[in-house]
Amino acid sequence: MIRRVVSQRGVYRDSITLLRVSQGVQKVAGVRQAAVVMATPLNKRVLGDIGFVGSDIDGATPDDLVIAVEAEGEGPLNEALKATEKLLSSPAVGAGVRRASSGISDALSKSPDANLAVISVPGAYAKHEAMVAIRAGLNVFVFSSDVPREDERELKEIASKQHLLVMGPDCGTSIINHVVLGFGNAVRPGPIGIVSASGTGLQEVSTLIHKRGLGISQAIGTGGGDLSDTVGGITTRQALRLLQADTETRIIVLISKPPGEKTARAILSDVRRSRKPVIITFLGAQFAPPRLGKHIWARTLGDAANAACALASKSSVRANASNISRAAFAEAAKLSRSQRYVRGLYAGGTLCYEAQVVLEPKLGPIYSNAPLDRRYAVEGAARSKHHSCIDMGAEEFVGGRAHPMIDFTLRKLRIIEEAKDPETAVLLLDVELGLGSNSDPAGELAPAIADAKALATKGGRYLCVVASVVGTEGDFQGLSEQTRRLEGSGAVLASCNSEAAELAALIATRGETAKGGGSR
Amino acid sequence: MTRRGGLVGKEIIAINVGIPSFADDLESQGVKVQRVDWKPPAGGDEKMLKILEKLGS
Repeated sequence: MIRRVVSQRGVYRDSITLLRVSQGVQKVAGVRQAAVVMATPLNKRVLGDIGFVGSDIDGATPDDLVIAVEAEGEGPLNEALKATEKLLSSPAVGAGVRRASSGISDALSKSPDANLAVISVPGAYAKHEAMVAIRAGLNVFVFSSDVPREDERELKEIASKQHLLVMGPDCGTSIINHVVLGFGNAVRPGPIGIVSASGTGLQEVSTLIHKRGLGISQAIGTGGGDLSDTVGGITTRQALRLLQADTETRIIVLISKPPGEKTARAILSDVRRSRKPVIITFLGAQFAPPRLGKHIWARTLGDAANAACALASKSSVRANASNISRAAFAEAAKLSRSQRYVRGLYAGGTLCYEAQVVLEPKLGPIYSNAPLDRRYAVEGAARSKHHSCIDMGAEEFVGGRAHPMIDFTLRKLRIIEEAKDPETAVLLLDVELGLGSNSDPAGELAPAIADAKALATKGGRYLCVVASVVGTEGDFQGLSEQTRRLEGSGAVLASCNSEAAELAALIATRGETAKGGGSR
Repeated sequence: MTRRGGLVGKEIIAINVGIPSFADDLESQGVKVQRVDWKPPAGGDEKMLKILEKLGS
């Protein structure tokens, strides 16, 4: 067994491209493991965790590319390095180079009618690129994260004066004129418009609406920071005005974590003036729902989707509670006495937050790296304690790595860690399908779930896994096929994330929360 | 400054700056995309970035 590390100074490739290269190199015969990554602090730590150490890694900076290969001998190792070079320059991953422009100005000279820039460069450079685009009169979708709020405000103020939309920074998804930008699902057109500060929140609500037979007019992502008082909801307020004017939109759903106080007042004032009914979900808001007239306050994403569908179809939509309870009691009966805790491992940040909104009243404090209550804040990478929900899409897990909706490496490792803990009762997971996501999430997760369950069995326990899938049959991964394979690994599948969290609480408390009780 | 205006209700014509798969996904939905072969500008020098920003390049 030999290992080699090669670093290339100043060579940049994005994290998604590098994930594909890494996966390609791993397929070379005789290769045990391979990682081709930018040398960010997180990636250097992960390389160390999987056994790659040395001065080539220590001395590399985030602007350097590192190729790390472990192979059965010199032959396979050289083949792997050759394959890496080929993959890095192949048309599949280097498609951007084909007839590509050198910058936004050059691109505009080739495509003068362009009206949107999609920006996904590292955060430190995102403001610069977005500013160039706005000055050229383009709307922008900024996927890049880690952009200071003051910079976000500056971009949005300049753009809004020109009636241009800035979706982001940190915008995971939008559906504009039925075109998915970034990550998103195949949902049918319909009367419901969405404005969302949350990417996975938007995906959850739009797919639930689709599953209930209705559809989406526009779904405008604003970026996670838009409703902070620093930014003041500039994009959210623009988007609400756009949906007011859009003839296809009859009902509006607004999704966010709790906004800044001043911004919340401004948004609620806009909502009260709205001619169209607005369903608001400020997930985890600590204040009492304000009086909203014809508008509706929804506690969870699932409730928001149900309310929107009920309004659109003029009928009520109810979840099937008895099926949830039956599944919970069957699972709870298999647990050992030591197994007490729910452990959520999330790719979707807002789904992680929604799970806490559902779990906390039933189970008490939920520890998280994105907690509802700061008193229960923990480092994401630290070992789980008590009930916990970890957002594995948080910056600490994605610095220079692809998002966990694409790269399952860290989540799979964590699933195994949680399975080793004799106090873990339920693993709670989210799975996202659609454009942008991994091409086969069940292929990644099902073996890890099976391994985790086997590990618990070896320790004389039964590990319960509850998951929900964000997606539709129209998504290229196929909803029913993905669901079938996850169920095949022993996971219990809920119809949405809030139901999955309800189910997890029921199981961990052996059905106590079904009686309105709980450990609190 | 060019006035290109709104997006809702218009045909989307995109410029992709960064991750190539975003451009692939847009093209798979029938959207015209011009790709930018992005590299860290000014060799990653933040001071130079600020100067470029002021120059509007």
